[in-house]
Amino acid sequence: MNIQLVQGNGIPVYLQIVNQVKYLISSGRLQKDHELPAIRVLAEAILVNPNTVAKAYRELEVAGWVIKRAGAGTFVSGEASPLNKLSQEKIIRQSISAVLVEAKQMNISLPEIKDLVDEEHHKLQINQA
Amino acid sequence: MSSSASAEAIVSIKNLTRTFNDKIALNKVNLEVNRGQIFGIVGENGAGKTTLIKHMLGLYKAQSGSVVMFNKNPVLDPPAVLSNIGYLSEEPDLPAWMTVSEILYYSASFYPKWDQQYADKLIDAFELPRSKKIKELSKGQRARIGLVLAQAHRPELLLLDEPSSGLDPIVRKDILGAIICGVMEEGRSVVFSSHLLEEVERVCDYLVMLHKGHILLSGALDDIIADHHIFTVKYAGPTKSPLNLENCHKITNLGPEIRIECAGEIETLKQNFCQLSADIIHHRTMTLDEIFTARSEDPQFSLGIM
Repeated sequence: MNIQLVQGNGIPVYLQIVNQVKYLISSGRLQKDHELPAIRVLAEAILVNPNTVAKAYRELEVAGWVIKRAGAGTFVSGEASPLNKLSQEKIIRQSISAVLVEAKQMNISLPEIKDLVDEEHHKLQINQA
Repeated sequence: MSSSASAEAIVSIKNLTRTFNDKIALNKVNLEVNRGQIFGIVGENGAGKTTLIKHMLGLYKAQSGSVVMFNKNPVLDPPAVLSNIGYLSEEPDLPAWMTVSEILYYSASFYPKWDQQYADKLIDAFELPRSKKIKELSKGQRARIGLVLAQAHRPELLLLDEPSSGLDPIVRKDILGAIICGVMEEGRSVVFSSHLLEEVERVCDYLVMLHKGHILLSGALDDIIADHHIFTVKYAGPTKSPLNLENCHKITNLGPEIRIECAGEIETLKQNFCQLSADIIHHRTMTLDEIFTARSEDPQFSLGIM
């Protein structure tokens, strides 16, 4: 399960984990009954407080995205309906809109934003490699 | 700071005040660290972070107030307190002429609880050359040796004073990894000071923000983040109504839109904007960095009026 944290975007760490697991499930990249990494394993892999991972898993469980089986682990529940293309676009549009609002406040032009997007995309690819 | 009544405090500091030549270094500082917590101390240079940590180590005696570590006074009973602490400073003070093996052998003699197998495991994990002298090691390798020495006696509390300062990202990851593993595998508590707020945001349960010796803010990290917001709003009507929100830090006029940094419960704030006929264009919580800047510029985070 590939979770990539972005620092300094004003989204709390636990919420970034929650959102990314939701997207992985909705896009079909995590299937029903897929086992999520143990809290300790994920905490160590992405270098965050284990309590933060536990909080994210609890939130996903309460919302019905995952199910905790005693003594076994945490699994994708399969209840979530897959996101269609429109819903995916809506989520990305919201994030882009947030960036545009802040860029406007800082007087950063659209071509500059596009350059920054390319740079960050490049960084992500290097991190994933 | 909030803590459950049943939790066991291993660090308890009450009303600690310290002056150096009439200059206040710490002013009525209160904090409590419970077992298993990761506790961050943040603040700019000169805020009082190191002075606070030196009190925990018993290197300074409280001029007023009290410092209790593991239910003991660190000044009166240093062996009982220091044997339970693993300490790493920004620049570990290690004898330059010793080899890695020698410093391990030398340090082990101070600690009855020294675990050589654990030390060897850490030395191997950090790929430290045992036969090399300390003076031949890079800054990152010296920081790693410092981490091994701070942990090999399996302390109950890891006390790190700006451990990441000036280090490359790989060594900083080792330090964060050591903090997280120590808590998960050993049930260890960690207190660390840092000016790298992104790291603090990643690993801390609780934190205290120091500014010129005063506590600006302390509490559970999640609560602190959840209570600080940046809104971008726009008035529905053509005329500007006066905006009067409690706990506003900064209001920036951006033409038709207004950017507001404020603190408070999110739903209450949204209702306030609604009553003012202001549409919320964008909202996000503030980063720890932004909170620290806002609070240190305006410690009262007081009433803002536009």
